[in-house]
Amino acid sequence: MKLFPIRGGIHPEYRKELTSEKVIVALPMPAALYIPLQQHIGAPAEVLVKEGDLVKKGQMIARNQGAVSASQHAPTSGRIASVTEVIAPHPSGLPQTTIILEPDGKDEWACLPEPIADPFTATLHEINDRVAQSGIVGMGGAAFPSAIKLNLGEQKKLDTLLLNGAECEPYLTCDDRVMREYPGEVIDGARIMAHALGTPRVVIGIEQNKPQAIETITKAASAFPEIEVVTVPVQYPMGSERHLVQAITGRETPARKLAADLGIVVHNVATARAVHHAVRFGRPLIARVVTVSGGAIREPNNVLTPIGARVADLVEFCGGFSARPESVVNGGPMMGQPLASLEAPVVKGTSGILALTAEEINDRPANACIRCGSCITVCPCGLSPVDMAAFIRKDNLDVAARLGVMDCFSCGSCSYVCPSHIPLVHYFNYAKGVLRELEDDRRKSERIKTLAEVRTIRIEKAAEAKRAALAARKPAAGAAPSGAAPSGNVPSGNTGEIKATTEEKVNA
Amino acid sequence: MSVAIVKKSGPFAHGFSSVQKTMFLVLLALMPATVSNLYLFGWPAILLFTVTVGACVAVEAACLALAGKPVMATLADCSAILTGWLLAMSLPPWAPWWIGVLAAIFAIALAKHAFGGLGQNVFNPAMVGRTVMLISFPVSMTIWVAPHPLFSAGAPGLLEAFAITFGGNVPDTMSAASALGYVKTELSRGIPVTQSMAQVPDLMDMALGYRAGSLGETSALLILAGGLFLMAKRIISWHIPASMMGSLFLIAALFHAIDPAHFTSGTFHLMSGATFLGAFFIATDYVTSPVSKSGQIIFGIGVGLLTWSIRNFAGYPEGVAFAVLLMNSLTPIIDQYTRPRAFGRTRKGEPLPLEGKP
Repeated sequence: MKLFPIRGGIHPEYRKELTSEKVIVALPMPAALYIPLQQHIGAPAEVLVKEGDLVKKGQMIARNQGAVSASQHAPTSGRIASVTEVIAPHPSGLPQTTIILEPDGKDEWACLPEPIADPFTATLHEINDRVAQSGIVGMGGAAFPSAIKLNLGEQKKLDTLLLNGAECEPYLTCDDRVMREYPGEVIDGARIMAHALGTPRVVIGIEQNKPQAIETITKAASAFPEIEVVTVPVQYPMGSERHLVQAITGRETPARKLAADLGIVVHNVATARAVHHAVRFGRPLIARVVTVSGGAIREPNNVLTPIGARVADLVEFCGGFSARPESVVNGGPMMGQPLASLEAPVVKGTSGILALTAEEINDRPANACIRCGSCITVCPCGLSPVDMAAFIRKDNLDVAARLGVMDCFSCGSCSYVCPSHIPLVHYFNYAKGVLRELEDDRRKSERIKTLAEVRTIRIEKAAEAKRAALAARKPAAGAAPSGAAPSGNVPSGNTGEIKATTEEKVNA
Repeated sequence: MSVAIVKKSGPFAHGFSSVQKTMFLVLLALMPATVSNLYLFGWPAILLFTVTVGACVAVEAACLALAGKPVMATLADCSAILTGWLLAMSLPPWAPWWIGVLAAIFAIALAKHAFGGLGQNVFNPAMVGRTVMLISFPVSMTIWVAPHPLFSAGAPGLLEAFAITFGGNVPDTMSAASALGYVKTELSRGIPVTQSMAQVPDLMDMALGYRAGSLGETSALLILAGGLFLMAKRIISWHIPASMMGSLFLIAALFHAIDPAHFTSGTFHLMSGATFLGAFFIATDYVTSPVSKSGQIIFGIGVGLLTWSIRNFAGYPEGVAFAVLLMNSLTPIIDQYTRPRAFGRTRKGEPLPLEGKP
């Protein structure tokens, strides 16, 4: 298949060999699981259990609420110890509401929903409900509720389901292992998703550095003519949705649009496997494969981890630290988030836990920019990091926004190549945060303004109606009702007064 | 257990390039041409080279100390050595010591640190140093000598070299004109290019450096080798050298075809003067050239065309330094108009239209 070039990108040291040949092993059930209500983009789930409740494996313990949300399920059977604030897997290290489950060691399944006997005759709603009910989110890292993405077929004309098996982040091998060990489940899940989306074609994109995965997936897909396995070049960030779509179809997703607007929906391979489990067996998403790696980990491995296991449990299972880690990262080294504490739990979007040494990170104090232009050459988004950073340093965020800082998805290529080791992504993340806040404020004040205006009009109208009614009643004693004063008769000064008072009230 | 205070966002992986490494590779690339030319021009050239580089480092250290910046750590980036090196290569090899020192002061103190130090300067420091000297001391800056290889008959020994560099007495008999200067002088006397060209060294001698000129102007082949090495190491890209030499060659060849009596050939323009040094080591200076590839092509074409114009129509026989400085001043504007197109957006920054819909 003809591939299309993508702009920029880098070739970091991948170090995937640390774990790529390690068969997925299950983490022994820890003494307690910490299941945050929010593990996904959108609203946190609503708690369904309370302290002391006994739950079974797979039982829903928090329900999705609002338009964008995902429910949580008990990863094993046991007793709810409490629902309390626990440190979140987030750089801030701030706490969030979390259900603490004490496993009883029996690992007893709850009464699961019936498997969907023939998913390929099931309706979109049946599959979608099941996916939503099973708490499935995108497992590539963004953790967007999958059911919403599967619904796109109803709104847009789709032609391709693109399964993302690029796994372009260094170190990570969880998708690679899933593809190699469970190719049938991945392919079945992909076919079910394609059916729900109504896409006639399925393309599975895998980076060239995973030859065994390409081979096993190709073999498993050979029975299905609608599935095509495509080897994409090793070029970070090939796994970015927009870039993978461009590499495979040659089409560039316009800014502020989705790949779905081009007829393409992208899902991660591990998500496909989760869909397979939910549809074929009624099993919700309660565990995921996590790559535990990095130079500071004694025995790097791919670990099947129940959601809610603490990072510390994983590290201990992998032999603990062999050296002092400079940073412990949740996700890949390029786009992952630093963890503030090992007490934070593994969530549905955790693809890797990396304990990295200072030598691996190779960060150094920043020097002056020598304008080498490498950052422009490698930026996959066609931005000018050197210029944006210069303006952000002077807190001139408006110009940075005009130069496109909001289009940056923090892939880190510029920071990686910078010979002066300028923390470019750090600048951009700062700018994006502030700009988003400003935009929120602007929207809020605009909304308040509109509401105030609407209220003024409403009060005016009510007052007018009242006067009209009064006027109608007064002459009713003498003259005919038809002579009632229309609104024009109301003295204008009066209206002004009312308006002024309303405004006062609103401003107060 | 708390791991570490989170100070900075990702990425948690960085490449192994550094400013120091980049500068070091450039110095390495200059080495063959430098060694060869120091050999060809003998002890006076070695003395001037040492004085110029030393002066640049000293001025840099003084400026850093004045500005309250870390002196040793910043000197370690090698940028002052590189400036001094390029500056020395652009001076007449037997020029007196004070030329090197004054040029260093102008290059480092005025062109670099007055603007804020490394990365902030608008103009190429080495070229500022050279140009200020050329304008202020035209005589000293245009005394060229024919090569006198070390230890060859007639070459000055170390003591004579001290007299030349620090005493300022270049034996008259030893001076010679550079090819570009000779052709220009002859042309002003009414002797057409076709005749005067017979007197300049043949192309092979010019390529190997066996001719009069500054250290870096001669031996185009070794400069080329250094340039190719930098390309292979991805320190520089082909954009500036190719566009500069290409445009210089094309316009020279065009006018040579039209009027061979007044205009020298494209090959002569490429092989003479500082064309090679300028194309690979001067115009490609990161700080003062555009950052985007398309901007670099515009910049290179500008340098090429200006060089040719100055060589033919201005008072000076050589124009690379002037051309580079003129284009340096345009770099911010070129940068502003040659930013790459953002993903999913038009050149104007609007989101791309969805296919099929305008």
